[in-house]
Amino acid sequence: MVDPNVKISIRDFYLRYSDGRVVLDRLNFDILRNEITVAFGPAGGGKSSLVRVLNRLTDLADVAEMHGEVLMDGVNLLDKDLDVIELRRKVGAVFSRPIPLPLSIYGNISFGLEVAGMRDKKVMDERVEKALRDAALWDETHDRLEDPAYSLSGGQQQRLCIARVLALQPEVIVLDEPSSALDPVTTAKIEEFLQEAKKKYTIFLVPHNIQQAARMADYAGFFLQGRLVEYGPGEQIFLNPADPQTRDYVQGRFG
Amino acid sequence: MRKQGQEKLITHIIRIAGSSSILFILLIFFFLMREGLPALAEVKLSDLFSTRWYPIEDLFGILPLLSGSLIVTVFSILIALPLGAGTAIYIGEIAPRKVNEILKPTIEILAGIPSVVLGFLGILVLSPFMRETFNLPTGLTAFTGSFLLALISIPTIVSIAEDALYAVPNTYRDAAYALGASKWQVIWNVVLPAAKSGIMTAVMLGVGRSLGETMAVMMVTGNAPTVFSGLNSFIAPVRTMTATIASEMGEVASGSLHYRILFLIGIILFIFSLIINVYSSNTLAKRTAKSRAKMVS
Amino acid sequence: MMIQGKKFTESARSKHITQGIAFTIIRVIAVVTVLPILGIVVYIVVRGLPAISWEFLTAMPRDGMRAGGILPAIVGTFYLMIGTAAFAIPLGLAGGIYLSEYSEDNVWTRLIRVAIISLAGVPSVVYGLFGLGLFVLFFQFGISILSASLTLSIMTLPVIISTTEESLRSVPYQFRIVGISLGGTQWQTIRKVILPQALPGIITGIILGLERAVGETAPILFTGATFFLPRLPSSPLDATMALPYHIFVISTQVPGMPIQIQYGTVLVLMVFVLGMNLIASLIRSRARANRQW
Repeated sequence: MVDPNVKISIRDFYLRYSDGRVVLDRLNFDILRNEITVAFGPAGGGKSSLVRVLNRLTDLADVAEMHGEVLMDGVNLLDKDLDVIELRRKVGAVFSRPIPLPLSIYGNISFGLEVAGMRDKKVMDERVEKALRDAALWDETHDRLEDPAYSLSGGQQQRLCIARVLALQPEVIVLDEPSSALDPVTTAKIEEFLQEAKKKYTIFLVPHNIQQAARMADYAGFFLQGRLVEYGPGEQIFLNPADPQTRDYVQGRFG
Repeated sequence: MRKQGQEKLITHIIRIAGSSSILFILLIFFFLMREGLPALAEVKLSDLFSTRWYPIEDLFGILPLLSGSLIVTVFSILIALPLGAGTAIYIGEIAPRKVNEILKPTIEILAGIPSVVLGFLGILVLSPFMRETFNLPTGLTAFTGSFLLALISIPTIVSIAEDALYAVPNTYRDAAYALGASKWQVIWNVVLPAAKSGIMTAVMLGVGRSLGETMAVMMVTGNAPTVFSGLNSFIAPVRTMTATIASEMGEVASGSLHYRILFLIGIILFIFSLIINVYSSNTLAKRTAKSRAKMVS
Repeated sequence: MMIQGKKFTESARSKHITQGIAFTIIRVIAVVTVLPILGIVVYIVVRGLPAISWEFLTAMPRDGMRAGGILPAIVGTFYLMIGTAAFAIPLGLAGGIYLSEYSEDNVWTRLIRVAIISLAGVPSVVYGLFGLGLFVLFFQFGISILSASLTLSIMTLPVIISTTEESLRSVPYQFRIVGISLGGTQWQTIRKVILPQALPGIITGIILGLERAVGETAPILFTGATFFLPRLPSSPLDATMALPYHIFVISTQVPGMPIQIQYGTVLVLMVFVLGMNLIASLIRSRARANRQW
């Protein structure tokens, strides 16, 4: 039966790229509604690929074989006939390097709205302002919305990337090492944002170090070479892991 | 959902329009064949490859035309290769950057000069000069044409040779310097041999350009269809294939034998140029792939 | 590696002498190559400038082209340029966009590339033959601006397709990922983000392609160009005068043609062509300076 607390349920998921790498195998994983679910582990664990599966960016990659079940509210995201464009609005993605579009600050945020068909300038202005406020960027940008997005600092650019996802009013936000290129102050701001945001959205986060994982996780999964080794509430995984491999990684014996 | 239909339509239009070059090259091939091949039914091959081109008397020997194109092209490369390669070496290995900032745009200017303008100057300036300096009956000769063709192909040769020199990895140069070589020794003994195939490709493309050139040669080579008969032919008038087509097409009746033979000559030019261009581009593409592979490994 | 076994151990002095001689030869070669170019440009300007006047540029010719102006040739060249652009730009853009954004690495794509390379190699006079056979005779457009423009546009396609593809490819791939990730379709992302960024390069390519088309004589010889035109062309089905063809005729087939008019006409064509070259270079360098990424 469908557990109402689970936003995205992944069952028996398998992903192989054309170069032969099997990045995810027999994955069973739950992403809970209005919680921060974290996937952590050493490089090559398949976590980044999982992020891209959730908004079907894998359509752009060299995927050889992908099967299993990825259900969001009962709908299989792997379905070939799925409206992927609508999916990408519902599941907003933020990546490790901020990549503003070569447009103005306003244009970066309105891009998603325009391609969705929004024409009303007033509504667009409102949505842009709200998105910038929610991403804590309004105060710094409200008087220069027409400036090129590349004139912002690295941290501001990443918050811009968050804002443009928020403008589309998603249900889920997935983030792949969002603060890996940022300084600690900005990182703290983003983590603060995520803690607030989970009240409205479902968050799936791949952190860039284990400390961030421990700080942020309501639920956590430890990924090792494409397999989920252990999954459970954050406190349990980091303070009292059941699996010896998890314990070794959490205690820093390998990395 | 309407958005998806629109997207599909646009994708289709781009696919079809984007593939149109295949249609056009096939059309060119087909139409040349359609108008030119029937000539082969009316004229014996032995007559076609005879040495007298005199359409008025129904003599359609194309050897003089082939010979004319060949002489003019070969000689132009003899001029253009050292000049073009030398300039490329200068630009790529020796010249300071400030000089290149003037030199490269100047070569680009040469590339932009229409061939009819060069032919014009050939008639008014170069040809009298040739006549007076070498005491010739006329200044409209193969050599005059070669000179202009060299000017026309030099930008191509410089550009491609420059790329070829640039593609030689710096590790080669560094190794030679470490062995005690002077700059010139590095260029002559290391860089040039390494860039050899690229420079050959540049020459091939220059040949292609020269073979296909019409206006400049038509205006200065004297338009006398004679077969090569020794060194004197360089300073005598000749007729190229391209000039023949250009000057006689206006006077033929559509569908006549003369008309069809001109198309046949066009087919020969088409095939020659095709071979040269496809082969050179292939070589260039392979070299880019090879040098990219080298950078990765 | 080819350097193994080679020792560069002549005496330092003889190396120096050889280098000195070689470098001098190379420098001389470079000068010998460049001097004629400058000489040509200067000579044409010097001899052509006296002919240039308002009348020369705007009046119709008189006395069998031996006096008066060259307006119809200038207008004709302009019409041909527009006609070529009308056909070559849409097809060329589509070709470049297709190759850069939509094509996969399969046989069809390789065929397209071979076709483009082949089109680029066809001699200009063969284009003239083709235009004659297909547009003038088969489609019965006659000797007209239409026939000539269609011929010139096919000739110009390879340049526009190549520069369009190259410009699009130079835009970082990440922007496409971001666009798709925000819910855009492929075409929306191209139209709103990628194309605008590639536009300066694309425009440069178009200008350079048209520049070449404007200077060509052989393709229009049997497809659209004429020498004696009593009025300016009034429809695409009219034949037209054009600067390159005009220069050819007045310098080879008109007895008693004043030299000054010849040089003046050549100067006008040169300004046309080199002016386009200059505009393209300016666009290219301004774009490089303005690039955000």
